[in-house]
Amino acid sequence: MKSGSHLEKILTGGQFAVTGELGPPKGADVAIIERKAKLLKGNVDAINVTDNQTAIVRMSSIAVSALLKQMGLEPTMQMVCRDRNRIAMQSDIFGAYALGIRNILCLSGDHQKFGNHPTAKNVFDLDSIQLIQTVKKMRDEHKVLSGDEIEGPPQMFIGAAANPFADPFEFRVIRLAKKAAAGVDFIQTQCIYDMDKFERFMQMVRDRGLQEKIFILAGVTPLKSVGMARYMKEKVAGMEVPDEIINRMKSAGKEKAREEGLKICVEQIQRLKNIPGVHGIHLMAIEWEEVVHEIVERAGLLPRPIM
Amino acid sequence: MRYASLEVGMIIADGKPIQEILAMIASYQKIVLAGCKGCVTVCSAGGEKEVGILASALRLARQAEGNPIEIKEISLERQCDTEYLEPLRRDIDGYQAVLSIACGAGVQFVAEKFRKHPILPGVNTTFIGVTEEQGVWTERCQSCGNCLLDQTGGICPIARCSKSLLNGPCGGSKTGKCEIDSQVDCGWQLIYDRLKELGQLDKLEKVMPVKDWSKSRDGGPRKRVREDLKI
Repeated sequence: MKSGSHLEKILTGGQFAVTGELGPPKGADVAIIERKAKLLKGNVDAINVTDNQTAIVRMSSIAVSALLKQMGLEPTMQMVCRDRNRIAMQSDIFGAYALGIRNILCLSGDHQKFGNHPTAKNVFDLDSIQLIQTVKKMRDEHKVLSGDEIEGPPQMFIGAAANPFADPFEFRVIRLAKKAAAGVDFIQTQCIYDMDKFERFMQMVRDRGLQEKIFILAGVTPLKSVGMARYMKEKVAGMEVPDEIINRMKSAGKEKAREEGLKICVEQIQRLKNIPGVHGIHLMAIEWEEVVHEIVERAGLLPRPIM
Repeated sequence: MRYASLEVGMIIADGKPIQEILAMIASYQKIVLAGCKGCVTVCSAGGEKEVGILASALRLARQAEGNPIEIKEISLERQCDTEYLEPLRRDIDGYQAVLSIACGAGVQFVAEKFRKHPILPGVNTTFIGVTEEQGVWTERCQSCGNCLLDQTGGICPIARCSKSLLNGPCGGSKTGKCEIDSQVDCGWQLIYDRLKELGQLDKLEKVMPVKDWSKSRDGGPRKRVREDLKI
């Protein structure tokens, strides 16, 4: 065991993992976190805590992760390279570990242009792949980047993201291989709607044997409405939504949009379960945690294993 | 005759909004407006021609306010070299301030050499770049002090990736464009295409190590000394 985290036990134990996501509040209100946590509890193996996603100021991922830990849930702390340099990031990794956090997701981070402080200075001292290397060095060599010895290494289970739908498509598997070479343990993908393209991506992954080296969790997000589907297609960078999905949501109409969205999501999970090299799903019900239980149940993934 | 513009690196600048300049010079009645025949001439921001245009605009605006201003127009060979600042020395005493439309280096160098006068910036210095086409300039270099263009097909990820990623492209690259703006090329897509053309895609398989930013401005103000050239 590298970290002994619950997620690591699930994955190394050969179980099909289910991870969820929790967006911290735009403020200091702990009740919001408690409400979302309650909806996720028992339905997922670990919960990603986003780090000021889309560059909007929210409660820090380290604090929310620590709060989840206190509530008896397992957090995966997301960490982006946009806001902190190597000094602050390594310091926060020590702190996170000391607070009981055992999973970390290393990300570049959305550009600040998208957020509520577009005039901010960005950092990007490291990139996501270099952050993976850094956490691995801290964990396995017991050293910080400079080479100085660590007093108590943070034994983190190291994650990163992959977006099979960004361009250039042929490069996406090379980038994943780089993350594997840098020392990542698990990968969570961008939301998948174009299943055929994802299958092609997974074939390239298997051609390189990457699924033997790292755990891959396929990202899914239930659609609330045809408007959301269109928004994802047109406005969200690196996202592909096939017309077939948009048409299904459109045909369902307002009344049945919820049911159709959940149905599509459950169908996707069923198909993902059968793709060789997919070790689990990452269910991102964005500001819609209420449906997580139903989706996981209908997908036949309950009860979650107790390790 | 010297062709200064052909001898210098290309620093791009952009004229400040006239209202901002008017506010800067509001308390003066006599100023020198100093252009530079270097980079800012090439990018049509601070050369002799721009000196003339800006001086006329400022005079008209001040006249309209009923608060006329006298502007001495001058264009120096370069503002970043002591010898070329001499013409300014001849004129400066009769004026209250100097409005320089050279780059930030020029403005500061003039300020260092003429200690009794306020030296004001008339342009925003924006980047080191190229003339992509007539009237279009784009950024190419961030002067990070540690060139890695040999590894990236001659295209700089520091300057041309919005996140300065060394192992890009990130998940926001779509149809060759950057997530920040559909008009901005993804620097890493350019690198990918170039390395593909060169048959060097294998270079992208290697993880680029953490960068030493101490050679960049992060290490503090930089200085270059050539002992053999010193007098």
